[in-house]
Amino acid sequence: MRYLPLTDDDRRRMLAAIGVESVDDFFRDVPESARLKEPVDLPRHSSEMEVERVFTRMAAKNLSPDTVPSFLGAGAYRHHVPAAVDHLIQRGEFLTAYTPYQPEISQGTLQCMFEFQTQVALITGMDVANASMYDGATACSEAVMMATRINNRAKVVLSGGLHPHYRDVTATMGRFLGLDIVAAAPDWQGKENPARLVDGETACLVVQNPGFFGHLRDLRPLADACHGKGALLVAVVTEPLSLGIVESPGAMGADIVAGEGQSLGNALNFGGPTVGLLAVRQKYLRQIPGRLVGQTVDTDGRRGYVLTLSTREQHIRREKATSNICTNSGLCALAFSIHLTLLGEQGFVSLARLNHARAVTLADKLAALKGVEVINETFFNEFTLSLPKPAAAVAEALAGMGVFGGVPASRLDPERSELEPLLLVAATETASPADIDGYVGALRQVL
Amino acid sequence: MAAPETTFTGNRGLQLEEPLIFDQGRPGRSGVDLPAAAAAAGDRLGGLERQGAIGLPGLSEPQTVRHYLRLGQKNYGIDSGFFPLGSCTMKHNPRQGEKLARLSGLASLHPLQPQSTVQGALELIDSCAHWLKVLTGMPAIVMSPAAGAQGELVGLMAIRSALEARGDARRRVLVPESAHGTNPASARACGYAVESVAANGRGRIDMDVLKEKLGSDVAAIMLTNPNTCGLFETDIIDIAQAVHDAGAFFYCDGANFNAIVGRVRPGDLGIDCMHLNLHKTFSTPHGGGGPGSGPVALAESLAPFAPLPYVAHGADGFLLVEHEGQGGGKPLGRVKGFHGQFGMFARALAYMMSMGSDGLRQVAEDAVLNANYLLAGLKDSLSPPFEGPCMHEVLFDDRFLAGTGVTTLDFAKAMIDEGFHPMTIYFPLVVHGAMLMEPTETESKETLDQFIDALKGLAERARKGDVAYFQGAPRLTPRRRLDETLAARQPVLRWRPAGDKTVE
Repeated sequence: MRYLPLTDDDRRRMLAAIGVESVDDFFRDVPESARLKEPVDLPRHSSEMEVERVFTRMAAKNLSPDTVPSFLGAGAYRHHVPAAVDHLIQRGEFLTAYTPYQPEISQGTLQCMFEFQTQVALITGMDVANASMYDGATACSEAVMMATRINNRAKVVLSGGLHPHYRDVTATMGRFLGLDIVAAAPDWQGKENPARLVDGETACLVVQNPGFFGHLRDLRPLADACHGKGALLVAVVTEPLSLGIVESPGAMGADIVAGEGQSLGNALNFGGPTVGLLAVRQKYLRQIPGRLVGQTVDTDGRRGYVLTLSTREQHIRREKATSNICTNSGLCALAFSIHLTLLGEQGFVSLARLNHARAVTLADKLAALKGVEVINETFFNEFTLSLPKPAAAVAEALAGMGVFGGVPASRLDPERSELEPLLLVAATETASPADIDGYVGALRQVL
Repeated sequence: MAAPETTFTGNRGLQLEEPLIFDQGRPGRSGVDLPAAAAAAGDRLGGLERQGAIGLPGLSEPQTVRHYLRLGQKNYGIDSGFFPLGSCTMKHNPRQGEKLARLSGLASLHPLQPQSTVQGALELIDSCAHWLKVLTGMPAIVMSPAAGAQGELVGLMAIRSALEARGDARRRVLVPESAHGTNPASARACGYAVESVAANGRGRIDMDVLKEKLGSDVAAIMLTNPNTCGLFETDIIDIAQAVHDAGAFFYCDGANFNAIVGRVRPGDLGIDCMHLNLHKTFSTPHGGGGPGSGPVALAESLAPFAPLPYVAHGADGFLLVEHEGQGGGKPLGRVKGFHGQFGMFARALAYMMSMGSDGLRQVAEDAVLNANYLLAGLKDSLSPPFEGPCMHEVLFDDRFLAGTGVTTLDFAKAMIDEGFHPMTIYFPLVVHGAMLMEPTETESKETLDQFIDALKGLAERARKGDVAYFQGAPRLTPRRRLDETLAARQPVLRWRPAGDKTVE
């Protein structure tokens, strides 16, 4: 078997050196009744070629957005990832390394994470960022738990523009921790004022920008309202590319930023793995969950990096830790960082402008169709359509014609009938002018 | 002529110094070319356009590639050499998984495509779940947790949901003192109080202590088996019985499943709930700290409370159940965005299919054989605290260093100069100066022999009193020992431009 170096002769010699008859001797502490005499009921080993055949068959049963025009978003965005990113993250020195607990032989990972932390802090406009979380939804729930620790309050207000998965994950955590989670109704029109739900008992208000339905919002009045009540403003970003042209949450007064980093460097992967972002104001540093890399010097006085402030973490603090998180999303964070390094300031801003331009073009063309209304006055690369037919049926019909036309809002909140006509439509740089025209034609036909 | 002490560049041959990207960027430089944007009819930013520059550095593609390649050369991975990090199962990561997970029909799928267009992806999740259910001997599995620690939390949430459904609010979770730190942290995150259970002199749970602590207020015990001392809990079936008699649930931390995969099914031991780390037993890459994946196997009693979403078999194919009411049960809610670490399922499934039922059994046998071979080779030079045999990892304490002035940390750092990644040190907490070694099944006898010889040599050097050698180690690495106290006292967690006076 190709992953196992021991030969039968090796095994015999090793058993002899240990002084036992058979490998069964090592399992003598296992209760007799639980020792399996035969392999379990699963297929026997396979060659690489045989496994590949099965996978190729499974992959062929799916319709890949690489092969058809795709306008899907709702928290996961298809962008072009430069070839260098995927090459570099597959280098064995990154791919097969562990958490950098031995800094002398982990400076590569550590410096990359230090650069990642800096990049995240810069684009979000915050002071510091951690070395990543699992994904945007869990970063959001960790941000909420962090806020409740900071001001020792239990009420949490979630905006109706928050991604429903983020809302649901936060609600699940909140229920087990005894938090009072107040979730506003889905704000598809972009007209809500969640500040009215914030009171003197509120730990934080969570607002997404751009919102789930695509609306942009000025966070400054919300930040002022929160701070006036002693609450924190948690800003969620599910499309980090927006930060290339939209004012950063830090500049608009957010106290914590939780985000999803998939857009940069990472494939869609059917939703995972991705990378959660978490950035905070300096004064909340010691309440931040997850790993942090800090700069220091070695015994020869040379600059180097280490994991730091680990007295917040579970392996030191056990039940008193700021979170139970152990593994973060290292390789996805590395992909994010490499992509952002390749883009640089100029590329990042230009790519954001290109996305916005494509989305504006598409929105204007779709708005001209009979019965179609673009709900949004503002958006970045995603907006909401109101259709004269149920959006789920339209999306299904479009897929049948070879166009992924958008995500029906009802997919995420099926019990809300007011969402039935709404379709979330995203246009990134991967939507060519021909794709856009093809989509407009297909939608005209379906309606 | 001997090697020069210093060089003009600071580089030493292939050991190349590499500045931060922020020290290399120049305005106007980029590693990406974009298509020209057609002029759109005005912007829709509503006056919220970003004011001022971000401050991101600009690098070309060749500079970027060189930057990360050079940084990679400062890392030690499984591909570099022997990595016996106990409890972490640093086994070879097959490249086939990387190739297959990147097939366009898998990697490029959007999580919210119509379900009719992702039947192959749902089949992949279902197949992966099937393999894991058969291997654990448990009837249900939750695929969505992002990592082992999240799997622990989800398992405990299922337990708490089941207890509350029967109107039985319990407040305490028992955790052995040898447990991973995530266990008590997860229990706390699920709203439970944590109580520690001591080990006996044989490195196992003390049944008498356990029975004393079990009571009507205990929701669960969280036990790692094989445990973090590398030992199988001999009384496990009695433990399960006692836990169930007290009306509590038996949670098993499956981090060490590699020792028993294909030879023992946790379901046969009376376990109610166990997470699996796909990045350990099932060889998905650790990636310098994630992404992981932590599916949780559940007994019948807990299965109805499994979180959303999950894959079911429908009339027209596979069905992704995303909301309560679309399937049966009383789901405890959602714990992660979208559907779990799909890319990791692809890698783990490719690995399981490659090894097969026969190969996975061989994995456990070789992993345990390799650990016992290390024990046999090192027991006279180092000091094992417990009687063997061990399972897939072998524990030593620091008695063999007594009186030498050399610490476990010093010993580990000297191993780095020998070209090895050190074992896990100072964990588990139940022995002094712990050294926990897990060789895994993907190491050859030749590698183990070289490792044994090197450690014997180091132990001998320590006994001869060469303390300075150990305290100065490592000497041959890109950086020598780093000042962790300074890093924590004056945290510098990001680069700042010259002249930025912001104090951290």
